[in-house]
Amino acid sequence: MVKEKDNKKEQEIISAPPTGMQVVWREFIKDRVAMFSLIIMVLAISGVFIASLFFDPAEVMKVSLRSKYAPPSSLHWLGADIGGSDVFGQLIIGAKNSLLIAIAITLITGTVGIFIGLACGYFGGWIDNMFMRIIDFFITLPSLMIIIVFITIVPKYTVFTFILIVSLFGWTSIARLVRSKALSESRRDYVNASKTLGTNDFVIIFKEVMPNISSILIVEATLSFAGNIGIETGLTFLGFGLPPSTPSLGTLVAYANNPLVMSTYWWVWLPAALFILILMLSINYVGQALRRAADAKQRLG
Amino acid sequence: MWKTVVRRFLIMIPQLFVLSLLIFIMAKNMPGDPFTGKITPETDPARIEELRELNGLNDPWYEQYARWVGNAFQGEFGNSYTYKVKVSTLIGERAMNTFWLSLLTAVMLYAIAVPLGVLAGRFHNSWFDRGVVLYSFISYAIPTFVLALILLYFFGYKLQWFPTTGSVDVREVPGSAGYYISKIYHMILPAFTSAVLGTVAIIQYLRTEVVDAKSMDYVRTARAKGVPANKVYSKHIFRNSLLPVAAFIGFTITGLLGGSIFIETIFAYPGMGQLFISSIASRDYSVITALVMLYGFLALLGSLLSDIIMSIVDPRIRIE
Repeated sequence: MVKEKDNKKEQEIISAPPTGMQVVWREFIKDRVAMFSLIIMVLAISGVFIASLFFDPAEVMKVSLRSKYAPPSSLHWLGADIGGSDVFGQLIIGAKNSLLIAIAITLITGTVGIFIGLACGYFGGWIDNMFMRIIDFFITLPSLMIIIVFITIVPKYTVFTFILIVSLFGWTSIARLVRSKALSESRRDYVNASKTLGTNDFVIIFKEVMPNISSILIVEATLSFAGNIGIETGLTFLGFGLPPSTPSLGTLVAYANNPLVMSTYWWVWLPAALFILILMLSINYVGQALRRAADAKQRLG
Repeated sequence: MWKTVVRRFLIMIPQLFVLSLLIFIMAKNMPGDPFTGKITPETDPARIEELRELNGLNDPWYEQYARWVGNAFQGEFGNSYTYKVKVSTLIGERAMNTFWLSLLTAVMLYAIAVPLGVLAGRFHNSWFDRGVVLYSFISYAIPTFVLALILLYFFGYKLQWFPTTGSVDVREVPGSAGYYISKIYHMILPAFTSAVLGTVAIIQYLRTEVVDAKSMDYVRTARAKGVPANKVYSKHIFRNSLLPVAAFIGFTITGLLGGSIFIETIFAYPGMGQLFISSIASRDYSVITALVMLYGFLALLGSLLSDIIMSIVDPRIRIE
């Protein structure tokens, strides 16, 4: 009797479909590289935020000409730059700024993209048509150039204007993706049933459609986070990113524009470039593993 | 077929209109006007007003806009403030450099991507395939400037295999064979960098296409009637998969244009991207406006080209 009950319980466990977190976990267990990337990503990001507590920006940026271009030593772990400021400290503070800004851009573009995408996909009709034309247009724009021009002509330039300008050109891809998912989701029976019952459109969109596409949203947010780190550091590298008062990883890499620094004082720019590379590779790989987990046909686990 | 092409053209007209309007508004908001540099503090304010009136800067904005578009169509973008030459002449010189660089990039891009994609699809799940997947992942994730800097550091400065700046060795006489060889030699590293970054889409497309084709009836028929495996891949599958890849050329152009700003800045290659950055630095607004307009136009043209080739190659997306 007892045994039978146990059996039944076991069967229930086996037949129960794995829930969200379990699916993701299985995927990471199955794919060792994804697990490795996840660990690297968590270590790098948390490491930067924890280490930044021990560095005082004013102390790090302090100019000391005696240690101009000092090679790596026990005092300066990654050497010093042209002003004798500690490169390792700048790397940590710069990485923190880069990450925070990428998070802010991802949040803004994500929110705008999700709202517009959901509205287009759910309502269709002229709303959809109008936004799709706008998005088509945005996608063909030479956005990098226009961002640079905006940054140059904006009168009072701060970190916030930078975030807003980059976000202005970043929401379209998320909106397009969310729209296509919301479009197919909105034609499902459960949405029609809910409509028939007289449920408010907003309730259907946010409480019924959105949770059903949440897995895609998480995947997209991860990938666009990586992309935004690339955009911010790239623009800062060219000299059109963060104002000089806020160092970023791109600021350090930009020292490589000087051929002498590039060839001789590699410790100034190479660690920052490699750190960007590590962040991009690990976050993107985690994003792709999440994408596989979100799609039952591609799962490994 | 023609319907699709015509319709695609018609869509481009409002896009061009909005693009030009956007750039016009941007140009109007840039500090300075065509007389910047000609006016000194001693200039009589009445004279400034007269100049403004003469050049139509006091006209309503739509009249100014119409005139600006008319000039832009004739390639007339005014004079460069820094170089003291016509903007069209200045851009013309740089455009040739960017054109040759893009051409070499496109050749390298297809030379890398097509064999990798086809072979990865053919030997699906082999170590080679896994290597290609890893390669395309890395080239997808790595930011342009990071790859460019690392390649420049190792091949340019450490190994000294390639020159690190410029588009040609100044000691070579223009027109001689050595001149052209030096030009190509200077282009190899920047072209290779942007080629590597552009390969992902083509490799992934070809790989899945070849994997899918393996189980198709026409392939099985060919194999059954005794066509050797190599020939099936080179004649049957390859041809079928290659046409859509040709359509990527339009997107490739668009992608290359965006990347050219980073590539040309890092390799100090005197093309349009580098001109853009140096004009921004010197606040040379007439050059900036012309370049943004040109890049926007080329990007629109690229997507138009891709869509037209697509509709020729794939009848399913034509509009009836």
